[in-house]
Amino acid sequence: MNYTLVLLIPLIPLAVFLLLGLFNQKIKPAISGLIGVFGLVLTTLFSIYTAFQYFFIIGKDSGAFPSLVEKFIWMNFTDTLRIDMGILIDPISVMMLIVVSTISLMVHIYSRGYMKGDEGYTKFFAFLSLFTFSMYGLVLATNLFQIYIFWELVGVSSYLLIGYYYTKESAVAAAKKAFIVTRFADLGFLIGILLIGFYTGTYDFETLNNPESSAILNWASTSFMGLSVLSWGLILVFIGGAGKSAMFPLHIWLPDAMEGPTPVSALIHAATMVVAGVFLVARLFPMFFFVEEGFVLQIVAFVGAFSSLFAAIIAITQTDIKRVLAYSTMSQLGFMMLALGVSGYDGQDGLGYMASMYHLFTHAMFKALLFLGAGSVIHAVHSNYLKDMGGLRKYMPITNITFLVAALAIAGIPPFAGFWSKDEILVAVYEHNSFLYAIGIIVAGLTAIYIFRIYFGIFWGPNRSYEHTPKESPVSMTFPLIVLAVLSATVGFIPFSDFISPDRMGFEGHINIPLALIAVLVGVIGIAIAWALYKKENALAGRTAQRFGVFYTWAYHKFYLDELYLFVTKNILFKGIAASAAWFDRNIVDGTMNAIGNSTVGISKKIRGIQSGRIQDYAMVFVSGIVLLAIVFIYIWTN
Amino acid sequence: MIAGITIYELLTVTSILFFIGIYGFITRKNLISILISVELILNASVINFVVINKYMYPDVLQGVLFSIFIIAVAAAETALAVSIIFNLYRQISSVEVKDIETMKY
Repeated sequence: MNYTLVLLIPLIPLAVFLLLGLFNQKIKPAISGLIGVFGLVLTTLFSIYTAFQYFFIIGKDSGAFPSLVEKFIWMNFTDTLRIDMGILIDPISVMMLIVVSTISLMVHIYSRGYMKGDEGYTKFFAFLSLFTFSMYGLVLATNLFQIYIFWELVGVSSYLLIGYYYTKESAVAAAKKAFIVTRFADLGFLIGILLIGFYTGTYDFETLNNPESSAILNWASTSFMGLSVLSWGLILVFIGGAGKSAMFPLHIWLPDAMEGPTPVSALIHAATMVVAGVFLVARLFPMFFFVEEGFVLQIVAFVGAFSSLFAAIIAITQTDIKRVLAYSTMSQLGFMMLALGVSGYDGQDGLGYMASMYHLFTHAMFKALLFLGAGSVIHAVHSNYLKDMGGLRKYMPITNITFLVAALAIAGIPPFAGFWSKDEILVAVYEHNSFLYAIGIIVAGLTAIYIFRIYFGIFWGPNRSYEHTPKESPVSMTFPLIVLAVLSATVGFIPFSDFISPDRMGFEGHINIPLALIAVLVGVIGIAIAWALYKKENALAGRTAQRFGVFYTWAYHKFYLDELYLFVTKNILFKGIAASAAWFDRNIVDGTMNAIGNSTVGISKKIRGIQSGRIQDYAMVFVSGIVLLAIVFIYIWTN
Repeated sequence: MIAGITIYELLTVTSILFFIGIYGFITRKNLISILISVELILNASVINFVVINKYMYPDVLQGVLFSIFIIAVAAAETALAVSIIFNLYRQISSVEVKDIETMKY
């Protein structure tokens, strides 16, 4: 394995970021775009080469894919507890390299068209490169602390890119919201890391994930409130992952994050960064599985299932197409978490894990495609809202077809990518828990409905009165669409289970025909419902909405969760806790300090008369002092 | 050595002279008077040197020599002080202590 080459994968985007960031004003936009794309082309080639090397040249070592580590000690605490910096190459990190580089490259190419003429063009590419660098660092991390460092870097670049239109108040608010919510979750992550580090004595993934290691075997040694301490640590780590991956109830930042430019939404808030949470759980999967007999995985599964259902319901009612896609992302991420949660460890039992990674892979392709397609539409009609769109298939044929491919993929229609991965997830869930399976099927149906609702809303239906006739986007934008559409249609045929499984052995994948049929049927029914309701503008959609009454209103307002958070933060946190803390600070803490200061000033004012400046006064004091001393000495001597 | 006069009487005189000087230094309002008071203090100490030399160590001369040094230094110091006072007078047309209190806090 050529580690230098792997090391270059994160370092090239970093170099591009520094170059574009430092010489922001000096580089012409046209050139900066080319530099960004060129850097990404290089890293993509390296990533593909690495993947090829890893899976086919090095291959399996005694039946399992090895995990190759190259690292150096960064900070040393004790013999075992230390923080390293390095590269970890194993099946999932290699897969993530492919995902990140492919999507990032496509988004870079697309941005050259989408962001054309924007003032901060160079800055935009610098930020994209920063993000790509951080994401590579995250997936290659060898230990919990390294992943945490890059995790935060990813968060920063997400913040920068959401707030890219920083003159827009809503964008700034959204950026802050994303930052604060994920930071809140990361607090859990950090405490989790410290807990795990304290009780296992290591941060290293290799040791933590080794089922034979004492760290995992001794999980029952210390417990807290009825749960093993390691379970608490893992729950906290999962909170961090849930924040990044927009799991209920920490999802509120994701829809707002759509304030960023659309390519950003595609890259960060759909395909790569938000799957970091899923990746984190997958990275620590053996630990999740063996500690407390997989208790934490149950939580993961239920949170995932609930989030996916919750988000899918909201997605149906939203009118901003980017928000629909955002909730769709959340729903699909819930699916991935669900699959991880129900997975086993050995051989065939690892189906859920494999399915989750598989879905992560395919989802990245078709969700990026959906977002880029939506961006192409928004570029043409200058609006995010469904009410301003309709009948666009005549004007934008390429966008139409690619969007359709993505929609079919996400709805789970064979042979598109989403079918294969979603089917695997549903099979895994079915074998585990029929209640969760029911949720999964419902979500699959809802997915088809909401995605085809916006598809029909955008490309079919009546023509709107456009300010100027919408036209197909430039080649720089349609090219990524076509590439991603081809990928979305074909990646389903990759025999994923040969490469990725929790025990790294790989297993024979197969399709469970009856379950697949049910899933496809549900998808088709969903599409049919969307067809009936939204293909032509008719009153049926409104009537259906009315039939659901209050429930529809709730869903439309995202179940008032934002309002709830606002209430909690404003009335309880700000008015209740923060205000009293501020009062205490201002009056008690500041008061004490002011009192000390003021009394010093007062006393000095009183006594400053002693320094009169008249030499005679000083002489007087001097002489009286001497006289006094003389009297004292005489007294002592004479007695 | 002066016959009939003991060292105690002489030292009493110089002490009185010294404290007159201190008193004058503290109470006078006029810079020239203060300067004169300082001279009194110096003279008291000069006499002390001579007296102690003569009465206690009659066969050496250090005390006497020292008194001559002190007189020379006092002369120089007086010249300096007087020139400062003159300059001050040119600036503020006064040699009263109460008019020069800018050193005050």
